Amino acid sequence: MIAIVDYGVGNLFSLRASFAAIGAEVQVSSDESVIRSAEKIILPGVGAFEDAAKKLRESGLGDVVCDEAKKGKPILGICLGMQMLFEKSFEYGEHEGLGLIKGNVRPIADVIPEGLKIPHIGWNALTFKGEKSPIFKYINEGDCVYFVHSYYAADCSDAVIATAEYGAELTAAVASGNVYGCQFHPEKSGDVGLSILRAFVELEV
Amino acid sequence: MITKRIIPCLDVKDGRVVKGVNFKDLNDVSSPVELAKYYSENGADELVFYDITASAEGRRLFTDILCETAKSVFIPLTVGGGINTVDDFDRVLKCGADKVSVNSGAIRNPNLIYEAAKLYGDQCVVLSADVKRVDGVFRVFAKGGRENTGMEAIEWIKKCVDLGAGEIVVNSIDTDGVKGGFDLEMLEAVCNAVSVPVIASGGAGGISHFIDLFKTLPKVDAGLAASIFHFGEVEIRDLKQEMKKNGIYTRI
Repeated sequence: MIAIVDYGVGNLFSLRASFAAIGAEVQVSSDESVIRSAEKIILPGVGAFEDAAKKLRESGLGDVVCDEAKKGKPILGICLGMQMLFEKSFEYGEHEGLGLIKGNVRPIADVIPEGLKIPHIGWNALTFKGEKSPIFKYINEGDCVYFVHSYYAADCSDAVIATAEYGAELTAAVASGNVYGCQFHPEKSGDVGLSILRAFVELEV
Repeated sequence: MITKRIIPCLDVKDGRVVKGVNFKDLNDVSSPVELAKYYSENGADELVFYDITASAEGRRLFTDILCETAKSVFIPLTVGGGINTVDDFDRVLKCGADKVSVNSGAIRNPNLIYEAAKLYGDQCVVLSADVKRVDGVFRVFAKGGRENTGMEAIEWIKKCVDLGAGEIVVNSIDTDGVKGGFDLEMLEAVCNAVSVPVIASGGAGGISHFIDLFKTLPKVDAGLAASIFHFGEVEIRDLKQEMKKNGIYTRI
């Protein structure tokens, strides 16, 4: 069973539906015991970092996710959920994340040329970095995925497994051991997105 | 770099797609779910669902259809039609919509844009503007293009962007249904006035019109059409191949 952590941010309708579409057993839950008994964990999130980080901390679910990650359970953070995996975010101030991956979350405005629209929103192509990640098993370099974000993961070059070009090279996906993250929305990226989720579901524990 | 988007638009009334559709390989051509799946499997980058129902019963049906579609279609969905309050945003977002488009509801109460953008983010709020030339001036029309509001269109669109609209659909009433090409003059005026994504609507009659659009106005982000896709006059896959040949960056 895959647990989607429900910590009160964002709408999990499409994420739940996309796992159902690939035939994976999934539970959306804020219950610690469900998350602990899951084979794999999805950490979703949309909205502002500070608010989400606070909810994750106050619900105690952040600790549960960290704990399970350290035991070797595969974790996949999506969009803001990916950003939560890092040490720190500089979105309106300075806020602490879960620290499962080394690096920080910074505004894309810092690195892209003026004149490009923010947020970075739409379909963009993936460029793989390093050895092809197992979560990309079913897709090819150059495949497009759907992005909506104004901040990006920085200072994390060791963990980057894919980037997208938007006036600068933006982190599109990361991995550090059993902890994975996608800045884009696999649940809105058509077959390519579903194929990434399927590869994650099939990761051997 | 971000791809140019091709967006089919489905008008839904009482749970069915209106405007005749003509697909040989679909069993039920007026089922929004079937049609949405067909488009998403055949290259559409995004889908727009417009609820053109007037009754409460129709609205419930629409919401059910939307949920059912979002269970099997995994590309961005935009919903419009009958969006007058933040509760309407909530209703469709809970069913899997990613963006919500406002038109008459924002004309009646522009603050709706501000309230919704604050709650759900700018990227979630799409302004749809029906625009027509009246004595040489671009005017905003309400109620499905039937009523001249008297507002100057570019000023209106700029105001909505300031309030938080994250994307603009410009529907030219002058070119709509004529199939003579998009309204490049009107679209250029909008592109020069705002920095958010602009979606062209009204006038597409064939593949060459999309090529003209993106070649002439590289600032336009997307092209939207209904009947030419529904009638199979333009296959999205063919359109995208042609875009690629012409050096327009697209998702194949």
